[in-house]
Amino acid sequence: MTDLAATDPLPKPKRDIAPILLPLALALLTIPLIGSTSSWLTLTVASLAMGMMIFIMASGLTLVFGLMDVLNFGHGAFIAVGAYVATLVLAPFAASIQADSLWMNLAVLAPAALLSMAVSGALGLVVERVLILPVYGQHLKQILMTTGGLIVAEQTLYALWGPQIIPMPLPTSLRGSFILGDVAIARYRVLAMLIGLAVFIAIQLVLNRTKVGLLIRAGVENREMVEALGYRIRRLFLGVFMTGSALAGLGGVMWALYREQVHASMSDDLTVLIFIVVIIGGLGSIGGCFIGAILVAMVANYGGFLVPKLALVSNILLMVAILMWRPRGLYVVTSR
Amino acid sequence: MTDLLKLSGVHTHIGRYHILQGIDLAVPQGQVTMLLGRNGAGKTTTLRTIMGLWQASKGEITLAGMRIESLATPDIARLGVGYVPESMAVFSDLTVKENLVLAARDGPLDDTQLDWIFGFFPALRRFWLSRAGSLSGGQKQMLSIARAIIERRKLLLIDEPTKGLAPAIVMALIECLKEVKRKGATILLVEQNFFAARELGDNVLVMDNGTIVHRGEMAALAADVPLQERLLGLSLEAHQ
Repeated sequence: MTDLAATDPLPKPKRDIAPILLPLALALLTIPLIGSTSSWLTLTVASLAMGMMIFIMASGLTLVFGLMDVLNFGHGAFIAVGAYVATLVLAPFAASIQADSLWMNLAVLAPAALLSMAVSGALGLVVERVLILPVYGQHLKQILMTTGGLIVAEQTLYALWGPQIIPMPLPTSLRGSFILGDVAIARYRVLAMLIGLAVFIAIQLVLNRTKVGLLIRAGVENREMVEALGYRIRRLFLGVFMTGSALAGLGGVMWALYREQVHASMSDDLTVLIFIVVIIGGLGSIGGCFIGAILVAMVANYGGFLVPKLALVSNILLMVAILMWRPRGLYVVTSR
Repeated sequence: MTDLLKLSGVHTHIGRYHILQGIDLAVPQGQVTMLLGRNGAGKTTTLRTIMGLWQASKGEITLAGMRIESLATPDIARLGVGYVPESMAVFSDLTVKENLVLAARDGPLDDTQLDWIFGFFPALRRFWLSRAGSLSGGQKQMLSIARAIIERRKLLLIDEPTKGLAPAIVMALIECLKEVKRKGATILLVEQNFFAARELGDNVLVMDNGTIVHRGEMAALAADVPLQERLLGLSLEAHQ
């Protein structure tokens, strides 16, 4: 065949399913180790719910990393701000939250989540314009600026709300569990899984079915060429940054409800997990981020149950193992 | 013949390296101007500086009379400049169709224009919905050129399009670019393949050490073997 005539079909691109099989293999491997099926199911559902929440928080960061090579160490600020903003809506409507009606609960919860996303997204706009715009292409300065921004944000939250932990009780209808045989599946975890899945599908639809999505995918791979085609990638980046910040805010609300509390440094531990997810998923890869988040959550839950003493380092070990297997992460989408 | 593009005293620094050292050149409207020179002479840097991908540290660049040296790359592209980099830079994760959809910035793909492109590069029609990353090197180059000509551009900057390609594909590219030229496009073309240069070029600029050391008609250089050897260290005949 010549390239010009191209009479033969192209070899079918191989679907790289090994990373997709990883969480499945991990889940199956742990069945005999855990022993009890009900415990295994409970841990698996907990892992999926936690994984979805981490995915929501990490998805924006991976696109920011991949698209503009920006190291945003202040991403956690959007998580905490999102959670605090939700308390502003939930506190005055405590009666509706405690009502035994799913619709009444959601009627308060949904606006709280939307407001959190709006405020976190708007904060993202300010952070990008003020902190990140002057330091594009300068990694060390990006780390210093965004870490400084995170400290300022945390201290501002302390100043406004005080140092105490603020309780954020789950709405009544989301308390308790669905009982399937001898397995109890917490209602809130099911909701978290559904929201995470919806966010994942929405991001995939935008990336694959819209011109903006095409530009983001192209920009992650080669932003210089996108600019040479006449597109102002910094505007696109600003949009991605704001969306990522808004999603972090949503993740913050969900995480706060999961833990039933809010405090200014709530994102400190999460930030480490989020960076691990972004790195093992492959910079800029939403699919990798999704699988990475589930893996991190599985290792935390299964590891915490089986070898509690290893819980603190289990995700670092996971990252080392994945990077030894695939040094640029599960899916490579950037040209860097 | 008016000059569409003019560079006057253009210098470009990359880090601490002084690459372009006072370039003066003109690209006449509606003609193909070849930019030749040894490796490392500054040809790619010249194209990237015109495109705004590297900022000129000194000098003036004018496109149709408008100063562009301080414009950002997207603004230069929007003035009607198409760019085909040496690396081809197709978006591997996107399909052939998606690559062209992005290149057609001003609206939906024009079927007539597409059919015209498919006439030169039938492989693009065949692999329309295939990922660009799965194409061969030659097919990627076809896509890269197609991306630059999918819409009418004032000026095309093309960097070594025939590099490493099979002779049949080189011929197809030459025919395509000849047709683009017949339609009135202005092209500044970096090329190491002297056969292609002779076939396409109206004018020639030869670079060495970041400056233009020769300018004239391509036909005159093609006919003057001693001049070729002096300027380029080799002759066209040896590279056909």
